[in-house]
Amino acid sequence: MSRDELRDLQGKRLHKLVDLVYHNTPFYRHKMQELDLLPADIRTIDDIVKLPFTTKADLRDNYPVGLLATPMSEIVRIHASSGTTGNPTIVGYTYRDLEIWKEVTARALTAYGVTRGDIVSVGYGYGLFTGGLGAHYGVEHLGATVLPTSTGNTEKHIRLLRDLGVTGLACTPSYALYLAEALHKQGLSADDLKLRIGAFGAEPWTENMRREIEERLGIQAYNIYGLSEIMGPGVAYECGCKDGSHIAEDHFYPEVINPETGEVLPLGQEGELVLTTLTKTGMPLLRYRTKDLTTLMPGTCACGRTSIRFTRILGRSDDMLIIRGINVFPSQVESVILEMPEFAPRYMLVVDRKNNLDTLEVQVELRPDCFSDDMGGMLDLRRKLGERLKSVLSISAEVKLAEPNSLPRSEGKSTRVIDKRVLA
Amino acid sequence: METIKQLSVFLENKGGRINDVAKALGRQGINMHAFSMAETTDFGILRLIVSDVDKAVDVLRAENFAVVLTDVVCISCPNVAGALSGILERLAAHQVFIEYMYAFAQGEKAHIVIRPSDLGECLKWLSEEDCDILEGRQL
Repeated sequence: MSRDELRDLQGKRLHKLVDLVYHNTPFYRHKMQELDLLPADIRTIDDIVKLPFTTKADLRDNYPVGLLATPMSEIVRIHASSGTTGNPTIVGYTYRDLEIWKEVTARALTAYGVTRGDIVSVGYGYGLFTGGLGAHYGVEHLGATVLPTSTGNTEKHIRLLRDLGVTGLACTPSYALYLAEALHKQGLSADDLKLRIGAFGAEPWTENMRREIEERLGIQAYNIYGLSEIMGPGVAYECGCKDGSHIAEDHFYPEVINPETGEVLPLGQEGELVLTTLTKTGMPLLRYRTKDLTTLMPGTCACGRTSIRFTRILGRSDDMLIIRGINVFPSQVESVILEMPEFAPRYMLVVDRKNNLDTLEVQVELRPDCFSDDMGGMLDLRRKLGERLKSVLSISAEVKLAEPNSLPRSEGKSTRVIDKRVLA
Repeated sequence: METIKQLSVFLENKGGRINDVAKALGRQGINMHAFSMAETTDFGILRLIVSDVDKAVDVLRAENFAVVLTDVVCISCPNVAGALSGILERLAAHQVFIEYMYAFAQGEKAHIVIRPSDLGECLKWLSEEDCDILEGRQL
């Protein structure tokens, strides 16, 4: 499909969507009335800028099902994500929404090279979280074999990977590293498994993490992007080029805005990703602010796909730390740590305020085989990491060397920041 | 060459960590003959001479401790004023530097663990002094 044809299709779908929410979701009708907008004012995709944004707070305020555009009887599934504060975020899907979801997820898997002959282990949590069931139905829809391992029982997981000759793995990147470590502990290596493709998402990760996962598990690791508010995994995905994630643009319309002003930014400029669900009917969202910071990439990908791509998520505008006035992303710290082979990819950031001055402490795990009896060498190692962090972050951090396997690790989304500052 | 394998353990500065090592070794019937602690603000290196070094490595690694073995020289000399001085003078005169050392005295004898810059040279010059170079079993 050419870009022009696509934009035409997006425009038609947007018009239908606006008509749907105006008549069925009081929240959107009120918002549009405030802006003096009627569905007829939205004719082409370019008109999207006239529409209001939707935020996580709107979902929370309309808890539990205030944003549905369909009677509850049409909803066949509900997912929920844990809200950071207050109510959880509820999303409802119609049968048709689920059909679209598995279609886009299968599309992602195809882009990674997964075929009917593959066995894919889904190590995302099954349940209210969209990761597990989302990936699950995508694998089935493609006709490959799904192994619904979920999270938790790592030992059994490794056993099944090995005994069944599992070739694909879908989970969070931090769980992939956790698996690699568990494998190593059992005296096994990538050679004992047949894994070849990994689909990793649900948390930001870095190129260095990709290299580490690929090396330790002997696979090709691809990003899968999604969020429950919009759909779940499958909203965007990398292709073999690993150069940005392709958005399933026929279903999800992307914009990038300045997070401060809400102004739409031209292609190629970094800002907050905003997504509109063009085809969902259960709980469609207009211009949902994802808080994910990225850049839309102009031009056709080397793989031939014409769908627009976005660059690796640089962090979330809400997990961004401001320390002594400097923006710090945990992913920056992570990339520095992964550059140094002496450290395991586990870290913890502790931000505090002492005598009115912000402090950043970076706790990092020493790899057992990199410990030496030489105190001078150990102090040098600590100093080296401190200097690298300073040059990347532009602020100095106090490095604390931690014992192997001592930092808290989660099998799902990693929690790596403790902010102890009490802001007046 | 009479060197002894010393066990070095990486420890974070937090309460009870030395005891965690002592407990793990004690449970397995491994005795600690001597030890010293080198510390910084956030971590330390615990150095130990133990009754069964290979078993101790296995025990501690199983508990996720970072452990390495280092060759050290252990000597015994008379527990009298000036005895150590003569030994150190000899080593210094032959450019053998001491990275670290620790000692304990018991009755008429004093035992000293030395990590020298050059093990061979250290042993060579010590053999000419009034001291015994100990093997692991003798501790």
